[in-house]
Amino acid sequence: MHELSLCDDLLNQVIAIAQQNNAQSVESVTVTIGALAGIEPSLLENAFSIIKINTVAEFAQLIIRKVPVTVLCLQCGAKSEVLLNHLLCHVCKSHDTSLISGDELVLASVAFFV
Amino acid sequence: MCNTCGCNITPGNRPLVMAEKPKNGVTTISVLENLLSKNNNQAEHNRAHFDAAKVLVINLMSSPGSGKTALLEATIKRLRDSFKIAVIEGDLETENDTQRIQAQGVPAYQITTGTACHLDAHLVHNALHHFSLNDLDLLFIENVGNLVCPASFDLGHHRNVVLLSVTEGDDKPAKYPVMFRAADLMLISKTDLLPYLDDFSTSNAKQNLQNLANAAPVIEFSSKDSNGLDDWIAWLLSEIKTYTELLQTKKTQRPKVQQEGQFFHTSSVKPKFYPINTKITPD
Ligand SMILES: Nc1nc2c(ncn2[C@@H]2O[C@H](COP(=O)(O)OP(=O)(O)OP(=O)(O)O)[C@@H](O)[C@H]2O)c(=O)[nH]1
Ligand SMILES: [Mg+2]
Ligand SMILES: [Zn+2]
Ligand SMILES: [Zn+2]
Ligand SMILES: [Zn+2]
Repeated sequence: MHELSLCDDLLNQVIAIAQQNNAQSVESVTVTIGALAGIEPSLLENAFSIIKINTVAEFAQLIIRKVPVTVLCLQCGAKSEVLLNHLLCHVCKSHDTSLISGDELVLASVAFFV
Repeated sequence: MCNTCGCNITPGNRPLVMAEKPKNGVTTISVLENLLSKNNNQAEHNRAHFDAAKVLVINLMSSPGSGKTALLEATIKRLRDSFKIAVIEGDLETENDTQRIQAQGVPAYQITTGTACHLDAHLVHNALHHFSLNDLDLLFIENVGNLVCPASFDLGHHRNVVLLSVTEGDDKPAKYPVMFRAADLMLISKTDLLPYLDDFSTSNAKQNLQNLANAAPVIEFSSKDSNGLDDWIAWLLSEIKTYTELLQTKKTQRPKVQQEGQFFHTSSVKPKFYPINTKITPD
């Protein structure tokens, strides 16, 4: 489980942004996590609620936007939302697809009071 | 994905970023920074070291005990007279694997610190100080036995090999899609045991890999009877050749799973969208 170390990096990024913007406190932190990113959102939430204490983000809410897995078919051009172990085109059933979304692991935004 | 060119904005997160509305007294700024950017930057740095020294680096991943070290022993026996090989061991608890590799007469360094579940780019960078990279042709990194975390961490290597031993079951690619999607080669190991198992089907395993839209080659291998050793060596040699050619044109090699993002960056296709539960009527 690497959610804790990942959370550490997340918090450091948030603190750096808060400092750059002279924030008094962070209101919320939004992260975008794809279903194929290999991260368990609930573990990230737990980790965040522990390590944010005594930082500028102590009262920040962690907002996790989950992103579904979507693929583009390289044969017929259709775009499908798929299960994470079935990355096939819904239209022509081809395996020849490319991932459009679903592997995101991104700090999307930080909201704060100045 | 990188953070400077905007390719972090995928169709998955673009609407969210634009939907941001200012609230009373609260300032919101978009960041779009990959949560793994620290690791990814270090990995790029590692890759630059490898490329400067022209060393092809292969990351071996699997569940514990799938035969990674046995594969390396067989590989070294076959190739040690023609290539200069070294191994970084991610066996965090014991020195057994390191000693097995050293017994084959090649340098091996064991990573002993860090979180016990995966290697990261910083740990690998520290290990590099124990080798003379310029004297090597081929570096193997035996990752921690774990089908979950190691797939998320770029180490700066060029190719991912994922082992699936026949005793684990042919459904593993479907159960661990993040890991098996990352495979540039799937090696089905311990095939000498197939006669004793009635429920492992190599064709099912291959199908489950294909279902991840992963067209990586599959090699069946046993370190006990050397089944598939020639195929594995042939794959390695062709990877060395490809890598050498890329270097000559000032390019590098990356695991395929990391190349994917670039496609959408440049793609101008306007695809139709088919939600997950929609009955499809092709037009
Ligand atoms: N029958 C059979 N046994 C094998 C084969 N390859 C490895 N083994 C056995 O499987 C066990 C684990 O092999 P290792 O090579 O140590 O596996 P590993 O993936 O390096 O293990 P960890 O580093 O602990 O994750 C050992 O007892 C090996 O003898 C094989 O091809 N056939
Ligand atoms: Mg081992
Ligand atoms: Zn881990
Ligand atoms: Zn299609
Ligand atoms: Zn360095």
